Amino acid sequence: MNIVVCMKVTPKIEQIKFDEVKKTIIREGVENELNDADKNALESALKLRDSVGGKVTVLSMGPPSFEPFLRLAVAMGADDAVLLSDRAFGGADTFATSRVLAAGIEKLEPFDLVLCGEASSDGSTEQVPPSIAGWLGIPHVSYVSEIGVAGDKLRARREITHGHEVVEVGPPVLASVQLGCNSPRFPDFRRKRWADKEFKLRVITNQDLAFAPTDVGLEGSRTEVTGLSRMRSPERKREVIQGAEDDVVRRLVEIVRG
Amino acid sequence: MADKGGVFVFLEQTEGVLEDASMEVLGKGREIADELGSSVTGAVLGENVRGLAEQGARNGAHLVLLADSPLLKDFTAEAYASVVEKMVRAKDPDMLLIGATHNGTALAGMLAVRLGAGLMAHVVDLEVEQGTGVLLGSVPGFGGSIVAVCRCKKGRPQMATVRPGIFPAPQATAQPGTVEPFGPGLRPEDVRCQVVERVVQHGASVSKAQRVVVAGLGCKDDLSLPKKLAEATGSAFGVSRPLSDKGLAPKNLVVGSTGSSLNAKLAVVVGVSGAAHFTSGLRNVETVVAVNLDPNAEIFKHADYCVVGDARRLVPKVVSELGGNEH
Repeated sequence: MNIVVCMKVTPKIEQIKFDEVKKTIIREGVENELNDADKNALESALKLRDSVGGKVTVLSMGPPSFEPFLRLAVAMGADDAVLLSDRAFGGADTFATSRVLAAGIEKLEPFDLVLCGEASSDGSTEQVPPSIAGWLGIPHVSYVSEIGVAGDKLRARREITHGHEVVEVGPPVLASVQLGCNSPRFPDFRRKRWADKEFKLRVITNQDLAFAPTDVGLEGSRTEVTGLSRMRSPERKREVIQGAEDDVVRRLVEIVRG
Repeated sequence: MADKGGVFVFLEQTEGVLEDASMEVLGKGREIADELGSSVTGAVLGENVRGLAEQGARNGAHLVLLADSPLLKDFTAEAYASVVEKMVRAKDPDMLLIGATHNGTALAGMLAVRLGAGLMAHVVDLEVEQGTGVLLGSVPGFGGSIVAVCRCKKGRPQMATVRPGIFPAPQATAQPGTVEPFGPGLRPEDVRCQVVERVVQHGASVSKAQRVVVAGLGCKDDLSLPKKLAEATGSAFGVSRPLSDKGLAPKNLVVGSTGSSLNAKLAVVVGVSGAAHFTSGLRNVETVVAVNLDPNAEIFKHADYCVVGDARRLVPKVVSELGGNEH
């Protein structure tokens, strides 16, 4: 089975600071990481490959500085890694991002399954996976917590708002994987050395994809941000209740009784 | 008849029940349409769901398009997207609003591409820009700590998915709207994804409850105590996202940016550390009580009453004082 895993490199969100004066996000000094849910997607892909055979290719869009993260994915077990990198792709919203990722997927060898994490930790829109499926014209199954093969179809359990369901769908298909649905494996030490030193990472630029500049990046986006602000939480009393346990219990009872 | 300039709302149903999130979006859609002097069209897809279409028509929709077919019995993103796409192209609305449930989110991403439309995801507020009539959406990012005001600069309709629990449910209108059948134009082979099993439990929505007890990871996988507290205080029960990811509680109980926002008078939050994506769901709560072992827990910055202590000792005593069964 040929599996493509879309992975995003995201800033560690707990390190993100907000400049109240300029109303911008301070990115300087913020470390990057592979998006957590995408690591769950990679783990799902590796498990599936290990059980039925095939190949796992990771695909990401971003600047050349993302390369080490893709090498990390290779060290975790991916067979191949491709970076979609071009200044023209920068500043993209979910519409333009999914368009480039879909075109990148079509440049690879024919696939049976595309896996994505359900959401990125920074944008959290959850819109890139269904949008890629839209561009590729293939079915999309979201919030997948388990995926396997049933005859000539894929069988997946997905979480829905009031419970769960099991679906069957023939390839090719795109599935977005639930954050935390498995424990991503650690990179193999020897494979890591190979991935860092010898593995040939492929870079696809817009020369290969041949998009008009108006189709991708900032220009190809359908939405724009007009302003940023910190999400204000309402002022709270923050009254600390402490002391002897029985007093604390009495006070708590008063409060919940209203 | 095309309804240029109107607001289009997807009314999602699961097993014959309309989602609260859809009704909330319908209410907001009606408000926007009234402001702009346009109208609201709802879409109901399913099998034997005429009653739900009528429910939409009684609650703010001027018109509800009803696609009733065995092929639409279960939500599948691709088949639903193709039908809603046809409806939207037929009506040519200016805005398309969808509740940000799991299925709504999946539908929206695919539809945006098919329609060439801009999409604002999981908005926590919507307003119409004065003068231009352009839709502005407040989109939370970076774990819910920062909010971006967005607009759709190209493509129509302007699309948004709306976080559940943000807007109130709509009032029944004096003059109900009409229901119009819509031929889905689907062949069996167009439905490539088959639902073979489903387990659904419709419970009271946490976002509507007046009182809520919310449990977090600090409860150490044992939710019996916070549940008893919920029972003893007549509260709905909710959880932070990780507990649901562990399979200990269904998704509809999740509070925060990937679940519902609360609108309660009182929320008692037990064993939740208080990351931004969680606390953003508490913004509309009148009084927040937090119980946590860690005196430096972030949650205490978002609480009116901060109880530093062991919930496993405190909660049974509170339950007992309230006359509930502590065991």
